[in-house]
Amino acid sequence: MKGNPVKCFIGDRLESVSRNIFVGVDVGASRTKAVVLDPEKVLLGFSVRKSGTDFQRTAADCLNESLKMAGMSQEAVRRCISTGYGRKNVSFRDDTKTEIGCHARGAYHYFPTAVTIIDIGGQDNKVIKLDTQGRRLNFKMNRKCAAGTGAFLEEMSLRLDIPLEDMDKLARKSTEMVSLGSYCTVFSGTEVLEKIRQGKKVPDIVKGLFYSVIKRVTEMDPLSGKVVMTGGVVEHNPYLVDMVREITGRDILVPEHPQLTGAVGAALFAMETV
Amino acid sequence: MTEEKKSTRKEIAAGKTLKKVMADHFLELDDAARTGSRKIAWCTSVGPAELLRGMGFLVYFPENHGAMLGATRMATDLIPQANAMGYSPDICSYLTSDIGSFLQKKTPLTRAYNIASVPRPDVLVFNTNQCRDVQDWFSWYGRELGVPVVGIHTHRDIGRIRSYQISDIARQTEDLVPALEEISGAKFEMARFQQALAYSKKTSELWRACLESSAAVPSPWTFFDATIHMGPAVVARGTKEGVEYYELLLAELQERVASGVEAVEGEKHRVYWEGMPVWGKLRALSEQFASLRTCVVASTYCNSWIFDQLDPEEPFESMGRAYTELFIVRDEAYKEDYIRRCFELFKFDGIVFHDAKTCPNNSNNRYGMPERVSGKLGVPVLTINGDLNDLRCYSEEQTKTNIEAFIEQLDER
Repeated sequence: MKGNPVKCFIGDRLESVSRNIFVGVDVGASRTKAVVLDPEKVLLGFSVRKSGTDFQRTAADCLNESLKMAGMSQEAVRRCISTGYGRKNVSFRDDTKTEIGCHARGAYHYFPTAVTIIDIGGQDNKVIKLDTQGRRLNFKMNRKCAAGTGAFLEEMSLRLDIPLEDMDKLARKSTEMVSLGSYCTVFSGTEVLEKIRQGKKVPDIVKGLFYSVIKRVTEMDPLSGKVVMTGGVVEHNPYLVDMVREITGRDILVPEHPQLTGAVGAALFAMETV
Repeated sequence: MTEEKKSTRKEIAAGKTLKKVMADHFLELDDAARTGSRKIAWCTSVGPAELLRGMGFLVYFPENHGAMLGATRMATDLIPQANAMGYSPDICSYLTSDIGSFLQKKTPLTRAYNIASVPRPDVLVFNTNQCRDVQDWFSWYGRELGVPVVGIHTHRDIGRIRSYQISDIARQTEDLVPALEEISGAKFEMARFQQALAYSKKTSELWRACLESSAAVPSPWTFFDATIHMGPAVVARGTKEGVEYYELLLAELQERVASGVEAVEGEKHRVYWEGMPVWGKLRALSEQFASLRTCVVASTYCNSWIFDQLDPEEPFESMGRAYTELFIVRDEAYKEDYIRRCFELFKFDGIVFHDAKTCPNNSNNRYGMPERVSGKLGVPVLTINGDLNDLRCYSEEQTKTNIEAFIEQLDER
């Protein structure tokens, strides 16, 4: 995906295409995200799919969908950087970058100041601190444990037999949040069953689960500066952000598409490393 | 971060001699165990090996065997046997893998040296300076084999060293003599003990010089190399063979420095490793760091076998001093200052703390040290979660991503 303008077919017409768009692909443990940026850093297209078992295929599908949304062809792609756990499975990449680096870059793009980034992903959480120049001061990932990740909420939605996408609206209906004390996902599952037996209401349990996620991520590192939250869990559960605001007393910044932050960062790196 | 680049490495030529030193060590022990020609003492890695040699024992080090179980990736399959007997997955995985190895009659010595089993001991001698687990470990064998267990109980969390602490360790060491005489059937000979101490001291001085050769930029070898080449510093401490090996290795490292041989092609970053090695992942980690143009130049772990306080003129007192000044038994302030001194010598630009799940004594990240050291030295730190031997506690993908992101962070500075 390098080089000068090329001739290619757009539909049935042969046209000269400038290679001037940049692609970021974030192959996460749960979802794969692709974005297309123009040289002005405007988001032209994006796609999100379950990563599934064939990362290469999913990444290609995401690329095609995001290009379609952008009204672009593959020939227009100047450079692509992949990130996430499956970053090395993306066959059409020009380079890779870690998800820590890409989330940092993406978050700084939206909020160019010293920030603490809290990213809640499907399998891992990250707390990343940036200085005013967007340079990483430090970062921490969750230990080898699903506590506080999207996987925890997925497991609990199965236990409670409620669709994952209903959790946000259920949590908002809570009137008396249930407190869950366990660190371990399996033990939390047992605790949830105990609360059900005690007759606790599902919305109160779900809010308790959200609170558990917040506790796990905020105990990873002290928050400093402004706080940016990113990731799929934040995208689909905006109430969780409201809860963080209330619990920490801080103003929490959220990009327009928090789930795409890593992919946007990757695309920006693609642009900056031509 | 660009994609990881393949790196070519120039092998350390002394490695051939290293293999012979290690083979001779195990074959001599095996022969003695089979023929009864010499008495055998098992000794903890920083136990009173010099005294044992001075009393005519051949010395075997179970922790070295533990490291071999880890490096050969046999440990993870052997540990559950000890777990099932009530030895928790949370305690030392050298202990659990070694006991599992004994119970399942599987040892890496078979493949390496065609030796059927570890040598049966006549006595088990510990020093708790590494941890309390070594005492529990040796006690298990003591019960299992009906062999006497004797040892030294260390002081811990030591700030300023007091004379009574040194005297206490010296006296505890001296107090072992009557029991060891009875087991060995020979009288204690001061001259032989002093000779062993002299060899140990010389080995330590040479080992220190080898490690400090990494102060050169670029470094002639890496922490990963040193974990392999420290074998004789453990098992041949107090012998002529140990001295001769490190004379050879030091000469080669000095030659490398003089001719600018770099262990990591295009050395771009220099990192300090704090904590235990992940034995089963040495090669993978070595290759990852090299591919990221990063040399892990020094470590607390390899430095922990420097005992140049030993003095044949003050045999027991100097052993007391050497084993009391040890990093692992010191307080947090001492440890932080130690890392600062290493920072000044080795000029590293980042520190990796290994939080080894089953080794709290060698996991110095747990009481806020990374944050404090980072603040004082102005270098970034990374903590990785893993273990010395139990790969069930290690996430390869997560660790690789953490390390790659850490080097990206160093690139941004």
